Amino acid sequence: MKRGVPVKVAGWGRAPVREAEEVDDEDLRAAVRGARLTRGLGRSYGDASLPPQAGARVAASRRADRLLAFDRSEGVLRAEAGLSLERLSAWLHPRGFAVPVVPGTAHVTLGGMVAADVHGKNHHRAGTLGAHLRALRLALADGRELEVSDAHEGELFRATQGGMGLTAHILEVELSLERIPSPWIWQETEPLRDLDELLERLPVASAAWPFTVAFVDALAGGPALGRGALVKGRWAGAAEAPARAPGRGLRPTLPFELPDWALNRASARLVNAVYRVTSGRRAPGAVSPRAHFHPLDVVLEWNRAYGRSGFTQYQAVIPREAGAAAVRRLFETVVASGVPPFLCVVKDLGAEGAGLLSFPRPGTTVSIDLPLRGGRTQALVDALNRCVLEAGGRIYLAKDALTRREHFEAMEGARLAAFDAVRRRFDPERRISSALAVRLLGDPA
Amino acid sequence: MRAVLFGATRGIGRAVARELAQRGDSLFLLGRDEAELARSCADLRLRGAAAADFLHCDLLEPRGFEPALARAEEVLGGVDAVVVSAGLFAPQAELERDPALLERVLSADFVHTVGFCEVARRRLLARGGGTLCALSSVAGDRARAPAALYGAAKAGLSHYLEGLDHGYRSQGLRTVCVKPGFVRTGMTAGLPEPPFAASPERVARSIVRAIDRGRPVVYAPPIWRAVMLAVRALPRALMRRLRF
Repeated sequence: MKRGVPVKVAGWGRAPVREAEEVDDEDLRAAVRGARLTRGLGRSYGDASLPPQAGARVAASRRADRLLAFDRSEGVLRAEAGLSLERLSAWLHPRGFAVPVVPGTAHVTLGGMVAADVHGKNHHRAGTLGAHLRALRLALADGRELEVSDAHEGELFRATQGGMGLTAHILEVELSLERIPSPWIWQETEPLRDLDELLERLPVASAAWPFTVAFVDALAGGPALGRGALVKGRWAGAAEAPARAPGRGLRPTLPFELPDWALNRASARLVNAVYRVTSGRRAPGAVSPRAHFHPLDVVLEWNRAYGRSGFTQYQAVIPREAGAAAVRRLFETVVASGVPPFLCVVKDLGAEGAGLLSFPRPGTTVSIDLPLRGGRTQALVDALNRCVLEAGGRIYLAKDALTRREHFEAMEGARLAAFDAVRRRFDPERRISSALAVRLLGDPA
Repeated sequence: MRAVLFGATRGIGRAVARELAQRGDSLFLLGRDEAELARSCADLRLRGAAAADFLHCDLLEPRGFEPALARAEEVLGGVDAVVVSAGLFAPQAELERDPALLERVLSADFVHTVGFCEVARRRLLARGGGTLCALSSVAGDRARAPAALYGAAKAGLSHYLEGLDHGYRSQGLRTVCVKPGFVRTGMTAGLPEPPFAASPERVARSIVRAIDRGRPVVYAPPIWRAVMLAVRALPRALMRRLRF
């Protein structure tokens, strides 16, 4: 068994931090042997990619990045789980294909995308990534290798979609691709005055456009609550796209960590104002897929802006039947808390997918970046979770760091039992686990 | 180009193979793990290789060298370049502690790498020449306490490759001795990162350029040429005191 290396790992939110023995190897099958968890690029925000105990063994999948099969006529691709979305898209787009569902950053691995069952700006049309998955190759906790799909071990296949890496180590991913007319996105934006306008316009836009999302200035209270910008997009037709391929552009890295005090209500106001003005007033036109899907990827390591204390992203879905009032309550709770919200994104979600613990369900999802400020942020997350519980919604595990187990159990109910049954069958000893599983699923600490 | 790559499922070798694949070269992979080789061949074909095939070959089993290269020539219809990136690595402290490991590392990185290169040299010359490229290291340029044993094997390899260049270049054999600095691969994961650490992709681009131009020595990234010039000039009394 290859020896691991002692490292400190954290999610994208930079906290919590935990020691781990990381096995970082090109041969993923060798790396996952004896590992408690597989970790990709560490872009989940909280503790999902952290080992269940300090010093426990984790496999790093990021070097397992080989393309394994591509059927051009069927539009089906198989690759190793450590391949990043950024690299995969760079290979696919010139060939006239795209990954049909992409999250807000391209710095994620295929395995991580499956484990979080990611959704994108087209969730109202395309569903989650799971809707496009054909098969997975897994390394089970007992060391066996297993190919799973809807037809073979379907329950394990569905539990692994959105299963946060807790059902098995994901070795290979096979998915259906989307054909694209050009490697550019046609994008249009419109300013939004307030929350009513947002909740009215977002579904209208989604009926006409495959990609929609709204950015909201979460600092604005009172009558301006919910003001922001609505961004709509679709793959550009060959005629309206520039003849050249989109460039990689400049990719500056935030070179150092900002001090914790740099993030306050004044700087939050500035960030939100800049974002609202620049994104709400842009002329319609062709933009690169990166600018459309992953605008924050422009600055590498931007999470350093949150200082040593780090940050969390609160993301929840409010079911459609709970109505606009429940969404409004979420914003009012943030405004009243005094914790400065930095970036806030709102998106309407479509039908629920097959993943046993998948996040999306029909309704409105809100995600808000919040600096970690000890008890205040915890109290805010608790308050938000109470709103979500009351509305019958749920939270997104890939973002979560602070939710309490009793809140999570109350939100998930029967879904947890189904997920637990799969884990009991394939990993009764809980050899595969994570810090998140200890916090929310009752795994042994 | 038709190239044989020994050790291309991982690290720098994998990146070199991808660089060659992207421009449509025909590749033949040698290595220990056939399932890994098959996956790498699939990857290389999808990235543009005109052909990618493989055969089992173990650096610690020299009897397999001749048949492996013969098979590669047969499949590719001749060979223009042989790239050897297979090798073992262990930190100095472990090598000092474990004589069996030491023997394995020295045999792999020197004795059998040279043995393989000798087979490749004979076969390339028999067909009128070609390029023989092997991965040495900046660690072979100047002895340093923290890499004395690994560095000794690489120094031997660099020396051997230079000798080949002197002896056989006129007959059409072009040798390329690659001297990478610290490269971020699975092999070096967790080691403290010195200055000028590079990605395998960047190093691979330098290597492929050197193969195309037949340059006998290539430092990757190029800054190491200047660094090692300075390090080689340091007086011994100073080297004894420095612990780098």
